[in-house]
Amino acid sequence: MKTPIYLDNHATTPVDPRVLDAMLPYFTTNFGNAASRNHEFGWIAEQAVDKARKQIADLIGATAREIIFTSGATESDNLAIKGVAEMYAEKGNHIITAATEHKAVLDTCKKLEKHGYRVTYLPVKGDGLIDLDMLKESFTDKTILVTIMYANNEIGVVQPIAEIGRLCRERGVLFHTDAVQAIGKIPVDVNKDNIDMLSISAHKLYGPKGVGALYVRRKAPRVQLTAQMDGGGHERGMRSGTLNVTGIVGLGEACAISQREMPEETKRLQYLRDKLRGKLEARLDEVYINGSWEHRLPHSLNMSFAYVEGESLLMGINDVAVSSGSACTSATLEPSYVLKALGLGDDIAHSSIRFGIGRFNTEEEIDYVADKLIHVVKKLRELSPLYEMAKEGIDLSKVSWVTD
Amino acid sequence: MAYSDKVLDHYNNPRNVGSLDKSAENVGTGMVGAPECGDVMKLQIQVNDASGVIEDAKFKTFGCGSAIASSSLATEWLKGKTVDEALAIKNTDIVNELSLPPVKIHCSVLAEDAIKAAISDYRAKQSKRVASEQTVA
Repeated sequence: MKTPIYLDNHATTPVDPRVLDAMLPYFTTNFGNAASRNHEFGWIAEQAVDKARKQIADLIGATAREIIFTSGATESDNLAIKGVAEMYAEKGNHIITAATEHKAVLDTCKKLEKHGYRVTYLPVKGDGLIDLDMLKESFTDKTILVTIMYANNEIGVVQPIAEIGRLCRERGVLFHTDAVQAIGKIPVDVNKDNIDMLSISAHKLYGPKGVGALYVRRKAPRVQLTAQMDGGGHERGMRSGTLNVTGIVGLGEACAISQREMPEETKRLQYLRDKLRGKLEARLDEVYINGSWEHRLPHSLNMSFAYVEGESLLMGINDVAVSSGSACTSATLEPSYVLKALGLGDDIAHSSIRFGIGRFNTEEEIDYVADKLIHVVKKLRELSPLYEMAKEGIDLSKVSWVTD
Repeated sequence: MAYSDKVLDHYNNPRNVGSLDKSAENVGTGMVGAPECGDVMKLQIQVNDASGVIEDAKFKTFGCGSAIASSSLATEWLKGKTVDEALAIKNTDIVNELSLPPVKIHCSVLAEDAIKAAISDYRAKQSKRVASEQTVA
């Protein structure tokens, strides 16, 4: 077993060697511009792009012509939200989203608010899911777009996408979903779920960084977007710029592999994830799962280890790559806004760790991480005045703390 | 973030972890910080009544590695000092010894606060005892 062990697969994933193999010829031999219509170099590149478009469309139940290539999911989110806001400005100016969205969605919405749009940020319940009744009540006759992520990047919970899609369709409101964490991990079907736009990023499913896609529905309804990048009119005029052929080939291949191997891979990831949870819960008291367990991606685990601070925990498992909701590990010195949106206190948010198990993790690695974590948590609790007080039966929420 | 060797050493081998009897007359307890801020330090001193020298010091800390190291170092420094000498320990001394980066200076401030809180708890107990002894006499 090699260290460090990578368990941060929500942040990014390594490129699958099969994906890399598919990409390599398009750097050198087949280097053509997919927009070159009058020679073979261009035709070969275009064929490769078309194949990838089909591979991506197949994974989500769409047609190839509905896939628009971008530089990644941040661009896809920006294009979907700003593109709809601008195109449908005469119809309305109201957008509905959720408090636990990725910053690419939240900050795009905030930008639009500065330009006169109204945005409703739905709170989430304690399990991280939105309240559908609240969504129903939030629609107005000015609502043009609902944008709710498929699965959350920090806690892995899967939103009730089919219900959201149905509510939007009934009201004639467009529905966009940032599906970055869900694509390739769980089955997604844009028609079954009434999704009108869907953001994809290659590097979250064992493809390369710097490439993504936006699914844009062509029929019933035909979604129109105002382009946010002007130029040669590529991608049906929605996104100008020479296509990143190598990246696109990689994204296509990554989708094809995920589709083929999903049933088996899901079982394996879920087994490893459940084993990790089981070991930690069996040998440690006062550990908590953050977010719904039932509605969750198969490879996601977010846990809080009460009375232990996240950064000191990461320091003790420094040969394991994971993320913490602790303030000390983020640039902003604020604990995770996602965990706070679940109603978690700052103290328990400080004690959280996100585990993202991936295609290349082994059972041996999971056992090692579990054992190491148990050892470190026990050691840090020996050191924790909070654990000592809790064991004495003191209610920590009633203590008046001395702060400056 | 990279930690200095001294912070790593205190994190891996914390000195003087534990608790003293907080009801004892010659024990002073200081507890500073708050869980929602991500740092709580409990620091205790046991003072020799005759000499006024701190003969034992213990700590428990909930916090990042630098907070653990700051309080561990503080207990090392406290042992063998008189109460007055202990009051002279400054947070900047801790920053220098552990090479703390600017974002971790608050850990050293908390350690200094914990020392002061433990000493003032000890002194409050002493003056109460003196007062009650006088009343008896």
